[in-house]
Amino acid sequence: MNQSAATYLGNIKDTVQSFWHGMSITLSYLLRRPTTIQYPDRTPLPVRDTLPPRYRGFLEVDADICTGCQACERACPIGCIQINLEKDAANPKQRVVTQFDIDEAKCMFCGLCVEPCPTGAIQHTREFEASQRSVRNLTFRWADPLKPFPVYKVAKGAEYFPRAPLGSLVRAKIEARRWDAPPPEFLPPEAPKPPAAKAPPPAAPVAKPSAAAAPAAPAPKPAAAAPVPEAKPAELLKAAAETAAPAAAPAAPAAPSPAPAAEAPVPTTPEVKP
Amino acid sequence: MSALPTPAPARAKTPRLAAAVSIAAAVGLPVGLFALILFIVPVLQPDLLDAFIRERLHHDPATWAWRDAVYAVALVVLAFVFANFAAIFSGILSWWERRVAGRIQSRIGPNRAGVGGFLVWIADAVKLLLKEDLVPADADRILFRAAPYFVMAGFILTFVVLPFGESIAVTDMNVGLFYITSITALVVVGILLSGWSSNSKWALFGGMRSAAQVVSYEIPAGLAIMIPVLMAGTLSMQGIIRAQGGLPWQWFMFRNPAAFVTFFIFFTSQLAEANRTPFDLPEAESELVAGYLSEYSGFRFALFFLAEWGNLWVMAAMAVTIFLGGWQIPFVPNELYGQLKGIGFPPLAWWGLQAASMAIFAVKTIFLVNVIVWIRWTLPRIRVDQMMSLCWKYLVPVSFACFLFTLLWQIAVAAVPALETAMGLGLTAAAVVLAVLFARQTHRNIAAVGDRIDLSNW
Ligand code: SF4
Ligand code: SF4
Repeated sequence: MNQSAATYLGNIKDTVQSFWHGMSITLSYLLRRPTTIQYPDRTPLPVRDTLPPRYRGFLEVDADICTGCQACERACPIGCIQINLEKDAANPKQRVVTQFDIDEAKCMFCGLCVEPCPTGAIQHTREFEASQRSVRNLTFRWADPLKPFPVYKVAKGAEYFPRAPLGSLVRAKIEARRWDAPPPEFLPPEAPKPPAAKAPPPAAPVAKPSAAAAPAAPAPKPAAAAPVPEAKPAELLKAAAETAAPAAAPAAPAAPSPAPAAEAPVPTTPEVKP
Repeated sequence: MSALPTPAPARAKTPRLAAAVSIAAAVGLPVGLFALILFIVPVLQPDLLDAFIRERLHHDPATWAWRDAVYAVALVVLAFVFANFAAIFSGILSWWERRVAGRIQSRIGPNRAGVGGFLVWIADAVKLLLKEDLVPADADRILFRAAPYFVMAGFILTFVVLPFGESIAVTDMNVGLFYITSITALVVVGILLSGWSSNSKWALFGGMRSAAQVVSYEIPAGLAIMIPVLMAGTLSMQGIIRAQGGLPWQWFMFRNPAAFVTFFIFFTSQLAEANRTPFDLPEAESELVAGYLSEYSGFRFALFFLAEWGNLWVMAAMAVTIFLGGWQIPFVPNELYGQLKGIGFPPLAWWGLQAASMAIFAVKTIFLVNVIVWIRWTLPRIRVDQMMSLCWKYLVPVSFACFLFTLLWQIAVAAVPALETAMGLGLTAAAVVLAVLFARQTHRNIAAVGDRIDLSNW
């Protein structure tokens, strides 16, 4: 390769010059204030307040306007939403949501569940800081199985649904939880069997928690459906049974606490009565 | 739990204890180490040891059979002190480099463990020591395990002749410079061994690149070292420093225009020999995972990095010794040390001078270490062909030219001694002008974007 003296010397000059400029540039940055802000404890604002409004953070469900349609549950490609509906013992025409769990640990924040929601009950918030020592504690329970909430009836032609301020509900939940709270305990894998044997007897007399009883064994499904044919459309019931099944089979990641889950009928009854 | 329970005043304070511990460590460790070295190195020299044997143990050191045992104990103590100096220096430097890198990249860098994140290097060390020490299944187990010790030995043995002050060097070999150049070759052996024995293509590439690089750059480095040797007429580290003076125009770097150029050649070659960016081809993360140490983990991995960061001190101390006047204190003639010392345990004034010379040496060395860190975060890694052409087409010919020039220059200086002083003054002035220009350029860079110098938020 031919190289003239001019290129040779030019290369040396380039090297010296690039050292000169490069080093002065890096030194000038060394002497300036860093542009990054130290997260999390030196930020001028909580980071969530600096996020754009359409940020897809943790999901929040406003139980007051949830119609219990389960559209979000069906939309979720991962299956991290788990909804159970039952009839109110006091008022058979009123359906109540006994379980509405969202596993934020599985959620990929795709927003597919938000779109089909008829009332905007399920929404993304700008909350994202809720690390937990136990990943199971990232399941957010929007329905209390002991105090199920009644489904919302959409008034004809309604276009506005009064919603709690976005983010307030999920923030309350996050703040109420210690980061190192112990995870919920699950039954050992065999445990669902005994309740399966036990379930039909209570299911028949109480004639209500069919969905909870159904998952235990596929066989009693028709039996469970039988007691409540008059109030529940069959396909809805079946959907409820199907959705309940995965929850109960792998020892219920969404179960409130194993004991009530296994004998769901027992605790719900006293709660619904008042 | 929300990490941000309340908005603005959520600034968490470093707990008092952690702050106290980190400040104590940041100040106490270096000061304590330097004080220890200052005290222990002159005291454990043969003459004082002999005096100790004569006066305390009441034996004649010339004939007593256990004299060598006392010497051996002294050497073990010295080796322990210097190994710890190297380890702690490289640990603190690893923190400092991350902080500087952060600032240069407009980040903050580690700042969680202790004040300014100072304790992070201790956390790193503990973490690395607790990791499993894996040996790959197909590796050559013996060589794989031995390789870090070669690197470590090649690095730590340089402390035998590295000076810290007038009398603060473990020993002053008359072939000190030659000893350093040859002992650092052990590092290449270690790198090649680790690359070969890992039985991984990345490690092998890294080892090969390293060998090619170090062997090539030995030549300009060796030639560059010859220039101060020619000017001082000795290979001894202390002898070279004694031939210089405390003021900048008495340093070799400024006394000879060829030495001025050679300083940069030497510095560049040292960077390349230490595999330091921009010459970190042997461990190019983007191409070779981590190069020759890809397969290492735990303690052995830590050894490699200890040697790598510790090498910065060695490189800088070498450059300071042979080009920048070493520990010379301005206006203190070499004879004064000898006059003050007297016989037996030296007086306090002598210790004061030693401490001052050590401080000067340390300040210069730490300045150069910072320059090396600064270069690392300025320049990108060069390609293999660029690395080779830089060495063979630029550094080697130029250092040959400098070598020849120095030969003639020494003849000229012997005839006209004022030439050296004039050149020293002239080059020092030129260096000052360059520094001022550089500062102005930096200031302009800052002002050009409407920013200002702000050293808060460290
Ligand atoms: S955001 Fe996506 S992944 Fe998360 S619950 Fe909704 S549909 Fe499922
Ligand atoms: S959150 Fe919306 S989509 Fe989901 S069940 Fe309630 S109303 Fe239906």
